[in-house]
Amino acid sequence: MSAEVRWPRNDYSRVPFRLHHDEELYALEMERIFRGPAWSYLCLEAEIPNPGDFRTTWVGDTPVVVSRAKDGTIHAFVNRCSHRGAMIVRELRGNVDRHVCLYHRWCYSTAGELTGLPFRKGLKGEGGMPEDFDLKKESPRRLSVGNCNGMLFGTFQPDKAEPLEKYLGEFGTGMIRRFLNRPIRVLGYSRQLIAGNWKLYAENLRDTYHASLLHEFFVTYGVDRATQKGGVKMDERHRHNMNHAFAATDTQEDAKAAYADTAARLDRMQLRDKKLLAFANEFADGMNLAAPTFFPNALLIQINNSLATRQIRPKGVGAHEVFQTVFGYADDDEAMTRHRLMSVNLVGPAGFVSMEDGEAIEVVQKATRSATDACAVVEMGGRGPLRDLAHRVTETPIRGFWSYWAELMGAEPEGAIR
Amino acid sequence: MKVPADIREALTALMAEYAMAIDDNRLEDWVELFDEACDYKVVTRENVEQNLPNVLMWCDNKNMLRDRVESYRHVNLYNLHYDRHVLGPLRFVKHEGSAWTFEVSYSLFQTEPEGASRLFSVGKYRIEALVEGDAPRLKSVTVIADTGLVPSLLATPV
Repeated sequence: MSAEVRWPRNDYSRVPFRLHHDEELYALEMERIFRGPAWSYLCLEAEIPNPGDFRTTWVGDTPVVVSRAKDGTIHAFVNRCSHRGAMIVRELRGNVDRHVCLYHRWCYSTAGELTGLPFRKGLKGEGGMPEDFDLKKESPRRLSVGNCNGMLFGTFQPDKAEPLEKYLGEFGTGMIRRFLNRPIRVLGYSRQLIAGNWKLYAENLRDTYHASLLHEFFVTYGVDRATQKGGVKMDERHRHNMNHAFAATDTQEDAKAAYADTAARLDRMQLRDKKLLAFANEFADGMNLAAPTFFPNALLIQINNSLATRQIRPKGVGAHEVFQTVFGYADDDEAMTRHRLMSVNLVGPAGFVSMEDGEAIEVVQKATRSATDACAVVEMGGRGPLRDLAHRVTETPIRGFWSYWAELMGAEPEGAIR
Repeated sequence: MKVPADIREALTALMAEYAMAIDDNRLEDWVELFDEACDYKVVTRENVEQNLPNVLMWCDNKNMLRDRVESYRHVNLYNLHYDRHVLGPLRFVKHEGSAWTFEVSYSLFQTEPEGASRLFSVGKYRIEALVEGDAPRLKSVTVIADTGLVPSLLATPV
């Protein structure tokens, strides 16, 4: 299969809608990106603290087990029995001495190696596996695991991949250290199934233009407005990005001038219970909104004092799950934990400032199915070279995403920018 | 657990109004079923079974419920839909003074503008209600959703 994409421009300021609907391209993405040299977010180290602990997760559409072996090392392997392809681990989590496939009881170590199978030598000299059957060679495919400050990433092609630190860049490792600056406590999970191609979510995370327009709650109640101090940063290769803003750096007058449509509402609408928007500044940088996003499937997100990771799990060409892991810190007292959970009202499937994304993506997917020759317009913030901006009226990181997507897919236009 | 017929009847009627108020898009009426000092929470069975406190939605007093509804009416954008709740019978679990605790299974369907319906959520309510004065009031409603994988998004209350 070849990934032929007709890009009208070499700077990705036009993106064919076909890329969200093409089954063949989807299969290629799974192979060249998720099972390729990209580093995908797996889970948090804090979720598997003890030897024998495991979590099941997804890398693209591949089911994966993340497991801590008896010696404390962390392993990730494809959750598919080497024998007949059954899912080896069916639970979401647990602690085991070994993993046993239910179908014919083939056994795997906590490091993901095939260690035994019933009737290997047959019964009374009859049947059994051939003498030269090599258990070791038949182990499930492994991912190389990288650990950045407790955030676990995996890649299927460690030979081709950059080292994780380099892949994330100073930008990425710095942001992960910021969020995971001390032991965390996982507060729970939320899941959302959005009927849209996974890349529409990846674009959404890189589109700071929409934030204060689609999410009117942001503007109405002053959580985040483009008039606040903030900006977008990208890594050198423009595949990761970060949208950020600083609390209380604009005035009500700035906001009214910028958001004429909602201006009338700014004075009229007040929350009766303002604790929803309470923000205890807990980072040295003073940001109340930070959303570093990592190609291809992850982001960390802070909105006020709610903290979470999100993992994008593609579910066929027309759907994806957004799996959110909400956390606080191990040293949070009861009042802080309560406050963080209260702040969760802002994010997640029912979030005051996130519910709209699901709808926006679904209506794009619906309306573009028939748009086989048309393209999205991505020019906000300029055309041509990709660069960081000290404002957020931009879609430039979307073009950055596509430039790296096209590189991994072998689908760059002639004279492509990177 | 033995429950006087008039209590059972009053609380069954309360739940019928609870469901119908949401389904008829009378969310302001739904809010009025709650006591001022109330708690409304949507959690998932996945988290409950792991003893994890995460919430999808949480209002710990009636003003927060009013804020949710006002934001829904004037601020938030969401999938256009009708809701339809189908409730099971009340299973009473506790009684202290005028406070009655019971559980109810629910199915919640959503229908989009062009008429296609889908199962949106199944689960159960755990409810504490006060039966005193003219009408019973909701003190605490915890929605424990089996459907942890929220289809599209969750805008209207369950």
